[in-house]
This record gives sequence, structure tokens and C-alpha cells, in this order.
Amino acid sequence: MANFSTNEFKSGLKIMLDGEPCNILENEFVKPGKGQAFSRVKIRKLISGKVLEKTFKSGDSVEGADVMDTDLAYLYTDGEFWHFMNNDTFEQIAADEKAVGENVKWLVENDLCTITLWNGAPIAVQPANFVELEVTETDPGLKGDTAGTGGKPATLSTGAVVRVPLFIQTGEIVRVDTRKAEYVGRAQK
Amino acid sequence: MSDMQWQPSTKIAALKKRALVIQRIRQFFIDRQVLEVDTPALSHHASTDEHLHSFQCAFQSPYANDLVPLYLQTSPEFAMKRLLCAGSGSIFQICKAFRNEEAGRYHNPEFTILEWYQVGYDHFQLMAEVDELVQQVLGSQPAEQVSYQEVFLRVLQIDPLESCLEQIKQVASEHGFADIARLETDKDILLMLLFSQVIEPVIGIQAPCLVYHFPASQASLARISPQDNRVAERFELYYQGVELANGFHELQDANEQRQRFEADNSKRQAKGLPIMPLDTNLIQALQQGLPECAGVALGIDRLLMLAFEQDRIDHVMAFPQSRA
Repeated sequence: MANFSTNEFKSGLKIMLDGEPCNILENEFVKPGKGQAFSRVKIRKLISGKVLEKTFKSGDSVEGADVMDTDLAYLYTDGEFWHFMNNDTFEQIAADEKAVGENVKWLVENDLCTITLWNGAPIAVQPANFVELEVTETDPGLKGDTAGTGGKPATLSTGAVVRVPLFIQTGEIVRVDTRKAEYVGRAQK
Repeated sequence: MSDMQWQPSTKIAALKKRALVIQRIRQFFIDRQVLEVDTPALSHHASTDEHLHSFQCAFQSPYANDLVPLYLQTSPEFAMKRLLCAGSGSIFQICKAFRNEEAGRYHNPEFTILEWYQVGYDHFQLMAEVDELVQQVLGSQPAEQVSYQEVFLRVLQIDPLESCLEQIKQVASEHGFADIARLETDKDILLMLLFSQVIEPVIGIQAPCLVYHFPASQASLARISPQDNRVAERFELYYQGVELANGFHELQDANEQRQRFEADNSKRQAKGLPIMPLDTNLIQALQQGLPECAGVALGIDRLLMLAFEQDRIDHVMAFPQSRA
């Protein structure tokens, strides 16, 4: 993999740091009027998900990381692995629990997810921004309540729990923003 | 919106305020009988400082075939000192300075600089005047004054003048800069790192902070203190995380100045940077005699950022580099 100098650093560039692939989020140029320039970089470690700041001396270089994102459809889980398929080539990839992480609760069959591959192996799974899931359990709400009064918790078919308005009943399909784990509305039929 | 590159990045109302502030600064010096001067932005010579990168261009004379290399000034210092040597008395200038390889939140490769020299002043007298100007423009409280050594002791509990490279490396590693510290052999680079990353964010928050007596190895064009040869009579002004000004009790010794320029070029050579043509006109002027004086350069755009509570230099200039 190629090396990248600090003046090639920009958001989205994937580099290796402490043996882990990282994504550069921000790169700030820092320089005293009379003195050495530095790059203060905000980085997300792609396996642990940790965000940290790191300072480089301007002109230093780091190894690039062979990381790519690919959109794959979620198929099923066998309990140990979660299987995804490329809808064009029908090629399948299995991601382990570590790669799927907390996002397991947003995996909906046939939905496209963004899979991050490092040296060809999945390290992260990003669900679609919006998913539609069935409410499997929620308290019966008060009739006629349409305005949000804080709502109530609802358990969805994947085990995810979101707050929904009081009028939502068990068995309904709701649309959820996975980035904030927030109810958006009833699914459009 | 992003393709509307013809538009200024700053509102016209802010540009009007900018013009007013610059007018007030000019009046500040007129009131003090400081002469406004205008020196060339293009020079045959350039700064030798290893951390400054000059823009180079080429002059095609109508009387010659060969192109003559010319450099855009990184500050008007050399030409202004030649005027001082020629007997100008105290002078000021508001002009453009150009620094290649600098762009970011607080940097634009072309920026407006205010530089002035007070004949008969030492650095402490000039620090007081810088403070007065900043108070007038920003309405800030009187600046705190602290030596470089004291501020390192206060924030990092280490003496920057007496500690050896290994001790500085240790402190840098403890503050998350282990990767840089491991390979670095230049103590000053690590001091600059610690200063800009750890000290600058915590000083000059309530009131501006003037830091004086930088290490002699970072003297630039300041004289070495006759009382303590470990330090140079150089100061910097910081306010709210922004480096605003850099000043010197000016070096008068022509031989020492030449030696510093040559030492800079040796460092450049060792690093594979271009050797810069040192300003022989300045050396000759210093041989003629620079009056006892102190001088300072202040970044006008950064001052305006603070005055207008902006967090990017782009927001106080009409057309930053990306729209120039």
C-alpha cells in the first residue's frame, strides 16, 4: 500500500495507525509564525470505532490502509456469521459479530448495507440510514393521541427498542432512522 | 452554493468594519508620529528561515534575455530595517505578506500584516505598545506577561532552557506525541510542538498573553539577552488560541546577522530545502548601523477574526486563496 504525506491528508483518507486501519475525519494545519508546521488530525479507528486526535510533523508520511466500502444486501445469519451478497455478482461475504457489532439490530433482509473491507475482510457493517421494522411489543396507547407527548418504548422484530408515539400498536411497521435510533413515521404502504 | 466562487467569503458589512478597524490602526500610529512607509513586496532576496517558504517568481526585463528570480516577501522586515538604517526614524506599514505551504483555519498564503518599529524602544516597551493597540481594537483586558521559561514550568512543569533533549522527549511522549518524539533530534521542534499543542490552548484566554524571552536557538532576528545568553529578546502575543504577533528587540550586529542567515541555509541544505539568497542589502545596511529599536509584526486578519468573533481567517477577508 502506498504511503501518504501529511499534505495528502484529507477527510476520507484511510491510513494505518498502531496496526489498525483508520479513517481521517479532519486535518487541521497548525504552524507557529516562526516554527515547524504540524498536522493535527482527527481520526476514527475503523475496528474499535474510537475517535482520537493525532499530531504529525508536516511532511511526515504514513502507510495507507487497503480499505474499501461496498454496498451489499443482507441475507441471513447462521448465528455465528451474518451473510451479505453483492446483487450484481451474487458474490457472498460473511461478517463476524465483531464487524456487525451493535448494528445487528438494524439488519433487515434484502436491505443494502455498507460493508467496510480491510484487505478484503469485513471489519464494519453500516446499515441503511432508514429501515422499516415491525413492532413486536409495545404498551397499548391512548386512543386519539396524535401529538408526541414523549411516546413509549416499542420493541422491534430485530430486538431494537425505539420510542414511538402512543398511537403506534403492536404489529405495525415503522420507519426508523438508524443513525439516531429514532422513530420517523409509519411505513408507507 | 459551493460553486458561487465569484462571491466574497465575507459579508460586505464585515468588510466595512474591516476597513474601519484598519483606519483606526493607521490613526494609532499617526497619533504617535510613526511614519507610514511602503516597501516592495518583490525582492531579489528572501527569508532564510527553514520554516518559511517564499513564493518565487521570475522577472523578464525588456532589456535582458535572462529571467531574474524574485521572491514575494514573507514579511516587510528586511526592507523596513534598511529604511531604519537610512535614518527614517520610527516607521509602520500595513501590507501583504506571502507564505507558501500555509493554509488552514488561521492561515492564508497571502495575508495582511502590520509591522512597526519604534526607535529607542526595547522589547518590553514595545510589548506595552502592542498591548495598548490590541486593547483599543479588541476592547480586551490588559495583557498578561510571562516568560517562555515560566510558562513551560507552569503548564508542563519542565524547564525549556535547562532540560536536555531526552527530558523534552519524555514530556512530549506523555502528552501523546510519542511518535514524533521518538524520531526527533531537534529540541526546538519538540518545544514548538509542546508550545503550540499544549501551552497555546491554555494561555491568553481571559486576557491576551505576551510571552517573552524565547530560547536563543529560536532568536530569529532578535538580539540575545545581555543578562542571560540562554534567551533572545523576542516576544509573541497570544489571545484566545490565536498567535497574533511576533516582536524583537532588534539585532544590530551585521556579522551576527550574516552568520544566522548562513546557519539557516546550512540547516536548509541538510534538510534538502532550497538555499535562499540572503539579503546582502540588509547586511550592508546593518554595517552602516541600525538604530537601537524594537519591531513587531501583527497579523491583521487574525486580529479581525477575534474582533468579529469569527473562527476562520476566510471569514474576514474578501477572497481567500480558494476564491482568489
